[in-house]
Amino acid sequence: MGMTMTEKILAKHAHRDSVSAGDLLVSQVDLVLANDITGPPAINEFEKIGKPVFDKDKIALVPDHFSPCKDIKSATMCKQMRDFARKHNITNYFEVGHMGIEHALLPDKGLVAPGEIVIGADSHTCTYGALNALSTGMGQTDIGCAMASGTTWFKVPQAIKVNLTGTLPKYVKGKDIILTIIGMIGVDGARYQSLEFDGEGVSQLSMADRLTICNMAIEAGGKNGIFPVDEKTVEFLKERGVTRSWEAVTADDDAEYSRVLDIKLDELVPVVAYPHLPENTHPAKEGHSIKIDQVVIGSCTNGRLEDLEQAAEILQGRKVCGHVRMIIIPATQEIYREAMHRGYIDTFIEAGAAVSTPTCGPCLGGYMGILAAGERAVSTTNRNFRGRMGHVDSEVYLASPYTAAASAITGYITSPEEVVK
Amino acid sequence: MSKVWRYGDHIDTDVIIPARYLNIADFTELAEHAMEDSKENLVENFAAGVKPGDYIVAGKNFGCGSSREHAPVVLKVKGIKCIVADSFARIFYRNAINIGLPVLEIGKDVEQIEPGDTIDVDMAKGEIKIINKNIVIKTKPLPEFIQKIADCGGLINYVKGENK
Repeated sequence: MGMTMTEKILAKHAHRDSVSAGDLLVSQVDLVLANDITGPPAINEFEKIGKPVFDKDKIALVPDHFSPCKDIKSATMCKQMRDFARKHNITNYFEVGHMGIEHALLPDKGLVAPGEIVIGADSHTCTYGALNALSTGMGQTDIGCAMASGTTWFKVPQAIKVNLTGTLPKYVKGKDIILTIIGMIGVDGARYQSLEFDGEGVSQLSMADRLTICNMAIEAGGKNGIFPVDEKTVEFLKERGVTRSWEAVTADDDAEYSRVLDIKLDELVPVVAYPHLPENTHPAKEGHSIKIDQVVIGSCTNGRLEDLEQAAEILQGRKVCGHVRMIIIPATQEIYREAMHRGYIDTFIEAGAAVSTPTCGPCLGGYMGILAAGERAVSTTNRNFRGRMGHVDSEVYLASPYTAAASAITGYITSPEEVVK
Repeated sequence: MSKVWRYGDHIDTDVIIPARYLNIADFTELAEHAMEDSKENLVENFAAGVKPGDYIVAGKNFGCGSSREHAPVVLKVKGIKCIVADSFARIFYRNAINIGLPVLEIGKDVEQIEPGDTIDVDMAKGEIKIINKNIVIKTKPLPEFIQKIADCGGLINYVKGENK
């Protein structure tokens, strides 16, 4: 029987000829990631084992969640991770000034290549499937153990094949695709499973779209999302200086899937996920009655250059509505600088938006844009759970950068084409 | 008497332990905020009322969202003996096993356990007894490999044992 992309990567890393869904195996990993929230407890677990790090070049530590540090407690946690990085001479520790949101940063630093396995103590580690890698989130104990062993255990997941066909409409982006899929299958629709993307529609998606889509595989309960390699992937890797050898994986024709989803890209529209689950998707143009207080554009989901470009396209020559606070957070230092060179930052400030240094900040209700009781935000982040961005009685509406920017201008949920017409 | 704390579907990690408290490194202090953002907390405060040996019983996809291990950790710190659910989100399930917090996935049978019921869980036998209803629910055993981790009391002990 044939194998899926995920199965092939697992078989290779577990030194087996083949694996199938349900198998439990121990596998080597190529990169182990932690951040300022999960890193310190992972380090505590690591130290209980009493072994050295398995490879100082294959551990990435990124202070991004509450960093630049918001208070003394978070500063203490960041210091613990910094001290650990220095002690163990960790190559890929990214200090403030060099750092960015981990899942935007690692691919841009060339730390992920096709066929590799990345595990991270952050649920959105699944982002790197866009590069044909198997990447997934775990807890700090798993990550602490992997920092010592360079291995972890996996249960081989079943897979859902997502077959993309047709042409993507102008204002429909990766965020709309993944929110539509989550709306179809639910927040546990891919629980314990792999979302494997395929079809002629893939070639239309930018790498930013693919990263956004894989990033939110976890919001459908998925273990990972994964795309095949094409010219765009190769170009992306070349631009990021990936020179080590890598091997793309493709799914066999007779690979087994628990389900096949057919997504006709032509039929998609800009959508918004209403509180308090990412599966509550509605067309953006039906949201006019929902008045908003804040708009956030950023996060590991939608803080890339292309996302900022879309926001700038909408905001150019327009103003943020008087009762809306707009916060834009480029995901990395490089993205921030390039956005500045291209004039996007000027456009944002001219429109009345605040621009922040890279941080996860408001996405998880950390800082830099917290909501009071009764307030509503349209956000390009990934979760709209109760209390996610602040007070338990605040609300988060998830959308693409196009839709978020359009909504910032009108002050209510708005589809992008309504603003630009 | 062990109490059942009953929750619905899709209880996410932001509800189990809100991210705004994740700058607290001390897990005992952190656990005072366990389940703080749940709707059920408006009726009865979990962190104030929970006693060692109590159970959490929930619907589908318990622990969805973030990978934060702080979620199962605070429930363990509060003395939860076992979480019984229709189903668990993948990372939460893995984290719970890794830290030695028993979790049982029992599908639709969970609907038989209602608020106010008293239950007893025998992990070795894989049985859940609803004492006041005189019902016994049989559960499927864990895969052998996972059971070994559970028997060691978590992944760290398991890994340390392997290295000996």
